[in-house]
Amino acid sequence: MSDVRQSGPAALFQVVTLAVLTAALLFRLQDRAPATHWTYWVLVAGFWICAWEFNHTLSASKGPLSRVAGWMAPWIFGATLLILWEALCVGLGVPTVLLPAPSLIAAKMAASLPILWADFFQTVLRAAIPGWTMGCAAGFLVALACDRFDSLRRGLMPIGNFISALPIIGIAPILVMWFGFDWQSKAAVVVVMTFFPMLVNTVAGLASAGQLERDLMRSYGASWFSTLVSLRLPAAMPFIFNALKINATLAMIGAIVAEFFGTPVVGMGFRISTEVGRMALDMVWATIAVAGLAGSAFYGILVLVERSVTFWHPSTRAG
Amino acid sequence: MSEVVAARPLPRAKGSAMPVLVITALIMAAWYAACLPMNANLPQLQNATGDLAARYQIAWALERPVLPAPHQIVGELYSSTFGTRLFRETADGVVLNPRNLVFHAWVTLSATLLGFVMGSLLGILIAIGIVHSRTLSKSLMPWVIVSQTIPILAIAPIIIVALGSVGLTGLVPKSIISAYLCFFPVAIGMVKGLTSPDAMQLDLMRTYHGSRTQTFWKLRWPAAVPFLFASLKVAVTISLVGAIVGELPTGAQAGLGARLLSGSYYGQTIQIWSALLFAALLAALLVVAVAHTERLTLKAMGARG
Repeated sequence: MSDVRQSGPAALFQVVTLAVLTAALLFRLQDRAPATHWTYWVLVAGFWICAWEFNHTLSASKGPLSRVAGWMAPWIFGATLLILWEALCVGLGVPTVLLPAPSLIAAKMAASLPILWADFFQTVLRAAIPGWTMGCAAGFLVALACDRFDSLRRGLMPIGNFISALPIIGIAPILVMWFGFDWQSKAAVVVVMTFFPMLVNTVAGLASAGQLERDLMRSYGASWFSTLVSLRLPAAMPFIFNALKINATLAMIGAIVAEFFGTPVVGMGFRISTEVGRMALDMVWATIAVAGLAGSAFYGILVLVERSVTFWHPSTRAG
Repeated sequence: MSEVVAARPLPRAKGSAMPVLVITALIMAAWYAACLPMNANLPQLQNATGDLAARYQIAWALERPVLPAPHQIVGELYSSTFGTRLFRETADGVVLNPRNLVFHAWVTLSATLLGFVMGSLLGILIAIGIVHSRTLSKSLMPWVIVSQTIPILAIAPIIIVALGSVGLTGLVPKSIISAYLCFFPVAIGMVKGLTSPDAMQLDLMRTYHGSRTQTFWKLRWPAAVPFLFASLKVAVTISLVGAIVGELPTGAQAGLGARLLSGSYYGQTIQIWSALLFAALLAALLVVAVAHTERLTLKAMGARG
């Protein structure tokens, strides 16, 4: 099977067919007229099957090109879903109030860049990232204290585990009352949400260095501090990055949801809740697209840093 | 990439009862002590005369404090559950009384459980697809992860409004939000679990001439069950979060999220805290229920320990 799929002419045929079908579908979608004839759905189905087959070929490819192919597969899959979304919205004539087509969302984004930037600045740069930094730093420092004083660890860890399983987002209304409507209260929510995952993960990570390595450090006569810096912190890095990544998502969620409980007239959560009220769903989706891009970029940067810091870890070396 | 959710069993600390009690007592003491400075700006305390003890007595009994004392929260929780009639008679028969917190907890809990079941099934299906299809694992898996970097809770209002406009209201939209939140840890955990049998075990199945279905039911699925339960414990708590947040945009009708929202509208801080405490108890209860099911299942499967 895979031999046939890999052969050049067959793959070339697939690429050409997919390109032709995509061009035809995109051309058809231009005037946004709902489907009146069954050929429209044949075109859509043909596009879907061709894209799927092409992805199949890419995933199964071997040899020098497989790295590029493996990198391309998710992008093509994503683009396919976007085009299908557009085709379904246009073909069925889905009202914008229910689900706007991607092209409408993109147009709205392009038209309202200043508003989106102001919201992004308020929610991400002023609330989520400072809160994330403070929460992670505090969790890390308390974890170091727990590591130094064992009774503190034994007292705090069960409480930390318990609290990290609670719906912490519920404290948002309380913190909004305490710190006011502006970004300080959102940052405070993010601090509380990110503190416990960091604490729990760092403590687990600091305990993860092997007994053999610890004995070696002992035999060198290393102090607690130098054992920490040269053995146990590096060993804890996969856990710490795990917490940083979990917290990146939590920080975005915390900052946005806290705005549902009261904000100045700017911010992503404010934008979403007011535009939903006005049934301007294209603006809501534009804000969500920005939030998704910001969240993915945040996460992606952390993955890149993680790869360079924990280059020795099996999960990184495996690719 | 697959460590996004650390669904590993936590080591049980030995002899931790004493330190936990000490730390809890310290937190409680700090809380009671903080009640005076936190509430100092309220008129009742600004006009208060007398010594510190008298001022603390006022601070611990305020009607709308900035920071209520713990006993006020527990008292409110008691009076709004046991202190209020649980049922009330209407034209349609006997229903839960909306003035009772149990009514709101039940509204949230039902959405949580429905979402939890839907999300877990979806997660398991996605994991089975990813494990059995190379194309899916290459092209879908990255998007499963990206879907979580999008703050899904932000989409909650849209889901509520979009489904509301096609006539779906109440339980289902909220549980869809819960399902969307909790499919992820289950999918990740199950991919890990279904691929956990090593090459030797898979080879054995091949020497038995086991089919793909047989390999799945006799090897992959049993191997994945411990991973499934570890993920379910994470999933059930975030399913509760999803249900609570799903109640916010509908405008405070029923549920624990609605109690939070109406409390914050009217400055009823004690009501917020008691709803929060109830949600915490509910979360703990759900985790314990899953853990109990896990123990029974693993025991029935012949696990030792």
